[in-house]
Amino acid sequence: MNQALNGLRSLFTKDNTIRVPRDTHLSDRLFKYALRFNAWLILAMLLAMFLFLLELSWPTLREFGFSFFIKNTWNPPLDEYGALAFIYGTLGTSFIALLLSVPFSLGVALFLTELAPKSIAKIVGFFVEMLAAIPSVIYGLWGIFILAPIMQKTVQPTLIGLLGPETLSGKIIGSLFTALFYPVAFVYSLVAENAASIDAMFDHFKNTFGGPAFGVGMLSAGIILSIMITPTITSITREVFLTIPKGNREAALGLGATRWEAIRISVLKASRPGVIGAVILGLGRALGETMAVTMVIGNRNEIDSSILAPAQSMASVIANEYPEAFDLQLSSLAAVGLALFIISLLINTAARLIVWSMDRR
Amino acid sequence: MSEPKALLKIRDINAWFGDKHVLKGPSLDAFENEVLALIGPSGCGKSTFIRTINRLHEEVPGARVSGTIEFDGENIYDPGVDVVNVRKKIGMVFQKPNPFPGMSIFDNVSAGLRLQGIRRRSKLAEIVESSLKKAALWDEVKDQLNKPGVGLSGGQQQRLCLARTLAVDPPVILMDEPTSALDPISTAKIEELIMELKADYTVVIVTHNMQQAARISNKTAFFLLGEVIEHDKTSRLFTNPSDKRTEEYITGRFG
Repeated sequence: MNQALNGLRSLFTKDNTIRVPRDTHLSDRLFKYALRFNAWLILAMLLAMFLFLLELSWPTLREFGFSFFIKNTWNPPLDEYGALAFIYGTLGTSFIALLLSVPFSLGVALFLTELAPKSIAKIVGFFVEMLAAIPSVIYGLWGIFILAPIMQKTVQPTLIGLLGPETLSGKIIGSLFTALFYPVAFVYSLVAENAASIDAMFDHFKNTFGGPAFGVGMLSAGIILSIMITPTITSITREVFLTIPKGNREAALGLGATRWEAIRISVLKASRPGVIGAVILGLGRALGETMAVTMVIGNRNEIDSSILAPAQSMASVIANEYPEAFDLQLSSLAAVGLALFIISLLINTAARLIVWSMDRR
Repeated sequence: MSEPKALLKIRDINAWFGDKHVLKGPSLDAFENEVLALIGPSGCGKSTFIRTINRLHEEVPGARVSGTIEFDGENIYDPGVDVVNVRKKIGMVFQKPNPFPGMSIFDNVSAGLRLQGIRRRSKLAEIVESSLKKAALWDEVKDQLNKPGVGLSGGQQQRLCLARTLAVDPPVILMDEPTSALDPISTAKIEELIMELKADYTVVIVTHNMQQAARISNKTAFFLLGEVIEHDKTSRLFTNPSDKRTEEYITGRFG
């Protein structure tokens, strides 16, 4: 008995873990090293890109410091650069894209998993995924030749008529946004001199749907982006919904839930981390999308109070000006790229954290 | 003692999956304060049968049902009947424990109440506590009501599902092999609970385990190939079956 125990003990180290000889075969070891190399290579590439951007944008960062990222000016003749208009353009178009695409995509995904007969779900699902395969320059062409004219002739005049600065709804929008953002402006006024007054803010925000109708602009770019990210969000949320076992839906139905209630409590609630992940992947695509946005955003390096007006995104300004830029302008474009890189990383990190914290609950 | 009332009168139920005719017109009564066990070999239609009682069978794509089920004097298959109301009164516990993921223990138990529009926290808390007590789970979870329901062990999860069903207080509780995924100790606990439930509820339970049927039920129905072969007091069906096929099944000659 004691002997047997001693024999067993010899298998254990002091802290009671079992000693197991690992990877005794040379091929296993080589395989392990190869995989490890791949994993580290990814990290090294990420770091190399960051350093490259940092080096290229260094003259701009030295010249303007952090204020480069919050200054609303872009003046190559005077060599004065600030990226705020492009950050605004990127975040604005992406926000519009999410606003339009997320409810639509979730609706399509729910239809495909919960309601549609299998044969229809297969066909529709296939075409949704086909949307992702269309090159972005095609979206851009479609945007210029089809979407922009429709926007100019129909959509934008209607919006200006319904929500424009001269209408009551425009004034309500102006008041709402002013109330929402005034605290920010107030805090800003404590540290800066030329902070906006309430009146100025109201005048700015009531023009959210202000004219004239150009066709191209921030809203048009947001609409194109929303179509481009729909397949991403739809197909991932669909996969997420499909992982919910049938038993959960039946449990809800068995409690006396209507079909919608059953979807809400058994499917949507359980899929929240996955849905957020899908939205973030869509957002990632929207933030970085260059070609289609460049073609329909209107390419004006300013912040306009109207979301119908032409604007510029971080990716589109780089694509537009890079071929002819040199010295400080080139460096400033690199700094815009650096900002895009960092914003994308931050948003993805935040999304990961959200998903992790929800998974743990 | 007054004559017990037939709470469920099931007549000529036929059910199909696509072209497959799985239930061929069985008829059964279930009385108040009774545990009715359904036994029979795999594929005999007993699970389908139990799922026609709360109209869950028709949720499967391609599934069809005909026949009548009178519950409390009303045919639940009448065109004017709201299926949601039927399911509020006829609860179900499933084979695999299926607490709602992403919901706490508290939210799981109160889910059915919230579906009925009860929002007051104190009212919910009261019913959650009494339901968990009835399901013999209260002592194990009372300090972790905000933890996720799916974090419990399999046996606890099944009692959680039972508490979730009890919370809406349905007169009839259907159970589709509720212990087949559980270990013997958890099984014993659930069986004990079923015997206590008899005082207030009508329980219809599908089981693969004939000893279980013998232990917990008053009446047993033996299903074979979509039909009820024999329906009798449990004591009689297991000791003195009138049909030869029943005898062959309970003595283990097939199935």
